Amino acid sequence: MGNASSTLTQYDIEEVQEHCNYLFSQQEIVALYERFCQLDRNAKGFISADEFLSIPEFSLNPLSQRLLKMVDGLNFKDFVAFLSAFSAKASLQHKIELIFKVYDIDGKGQVTFKDLLEVLRDLTGSFMSEEQREHVLVWVLEEAGYTRNSSILLDDFVKVLSSPGLKMEVEVPVD
Amino acid sequence: MAMAGLSSSSSEMDLDRPILEDYISTDSIQRIPQTLHLRELLDISPTLTEAAGAIIDDSFTRCFKSNPPEPWNWNVYLFPLWCLGVVVRYGILFPLRLAVFIAGWIVFFLTFFPVHFLLPSSNKWRHKMERILVEMMCSVFVASWTGVIKYHGPQPSMRPHQVFVANHTSMIDFIILEQTTAFAVIMQKHPGWVGFIQTAILESLGSIWFNRTESKDREVVARKLREHVQGPDNNPLLIFPEGTCVNNQYTVMFKKGAFELGCAVCPVAIKYNKIFVDAFWNSKKQSFSMHLFRLMTSWAVVCDVWFLEPQYLKPGETPIEFAERVRDMISVRAGLKKVPWDGYLKYFRPSPKLTEQKQKIFADSVLRRLEEK
Repeated sequence: MGNASSTLTQYDIEEVQEHCNYLFSQQEIVALYERFCQLDRNAKGFISADEFLSIPEFSLNPLSQRLLKMVDGLNFKDFVAFLSAFSAKASLQHKIELIFKVYDIDGKGQVTFKDLLEVLRDLTGSFMSEEQREHVLVWVLEEAGYTRNSSILLDDFVKVLSSPGLKMEVEVPVD
Repeated sequence: MAMAGLSSSSSEMDLDRPILEDYISTDSIQRIPQTLHLRELLDISPTLTEAAGAIIDDSFTRCFKSNPPEPWNWNVYLFPLWCLGVVVRYGILFPLRLAVFIAGWIVFFLTFFPVHFLLPSSNKWRHKMERILVEMMCSVFVASWTGVIKYHGPQPSMRPHQVFVANHTSMIDFIILEQTTAFAVIMQKHPGWVGFIQTAILESLGSIWFNRTESKDREVVARKLREHVQGPDNNPLLIFPEGTCVNNQYTVMFKKGAFELGCAVCPVAIKYNKIFVDAFWNSKKQSFSMHLFRLMTSWAVVCDVWFLEPQYLKPGETPIEFAERVRDMISVRAGLKKVPWDGYLKYFRPSPKLTEQKQKIFADSVLRRLEEK
């Protein structure tokens, strides 16, 4: 691994910081770089899916496969940008956008019933039948004024999740 | 909050883990909604937070992080001193040590192989000679890195019905302990020259081999361990219950195999002084030869070894509880932090049962709300 901080210049740090809209401090970016280098075993410049899955806590997360599609193969700059949604300084809008992207994994710009069903399936596994899942989804959708065939957009997510707000923060441990 | 890990193969392996409720943290799972609206289903923020938390820092990967020494040679007078140090270490110390090392091996082979092959295996004198020679060879190893080892506590004695357990940082742990007492070990068979040494020499001490990738292997090994411990002439058995090398700042969970043999368990704690060299062998990043080379080009390997009081299974205690109790003793003595992970997670993925647990809790709460509608 070598000395991580010596291979990251001040220019690099500032570039990464700008790319993530200053949501992380410079020390946090250095700490994230050490972590990135630790996970990226053969210094390829990105972390492969397999390397993410070698983190036991990540591997056993129900949404790990969906998240892998978003983080697999990211370079350091984009890795930091992805994680910036979890900074305490990130706006509610930013966090909701990330949640939207997790649902809309193929980037269509809208979330369909199928997407909602997939996420619910990941979260409940074999402990709910497909019928039960569909039933629940239809029920809550109709209660909120949507139908099974509605396409849900980012603005809808914002409307539903804005109050009373979200708590989605992770602290970056800085030595 | 970290969760207990499981080895991923047969259900028999599930018996290896301690009580899950001690480790599972209910506030880390999806918030149980009081009501069921679209909002509760769309809000996946707790699960995402956990995932991001694991990406940024997790207690398992921390156990295997090598800690490279901070560079301190960044000014006008320290830098030349450091350069001088490099010259001395690589140019003077290393060749000297290598010479000692090679000389030691030559003497060893010249004396060990005749004894090993010419005398019948029933000859007691042959076993004694082999033990002495192995101890001598380990001392040569230690000298080749200028090992400064402080032993605390009573020296292990040769008698049956006892097994020694120690925390594991590198294969040199074995060499350091072998220097004073010819232990028999249980090890993973390695390829290359290390494998050759294992077969040719360690087997004469009564060592036992295992294969991590074979699940049936466990029963066979457990039987061999039991047999070994009972024999009065067998060398004392040394086991590293973590099952893998950890970076000497943490301990991972101890496998219960050593703790259900029905005999005394003598804990041994090993702590390396990092100022001189980081003795952690990161087997994924470097071969054993590279590791030895690094040790031979450092100033010294300084460590403390504590032989702690033999422990017995307490009435009503399960082997897993016993293992955790001993791990506690060793961690406290050597100043290591405990993490609730199974070392085998380095090689295998965690069991899907853990994910299923999370899914079940969330599914149950949704179904409950559905019934109440």
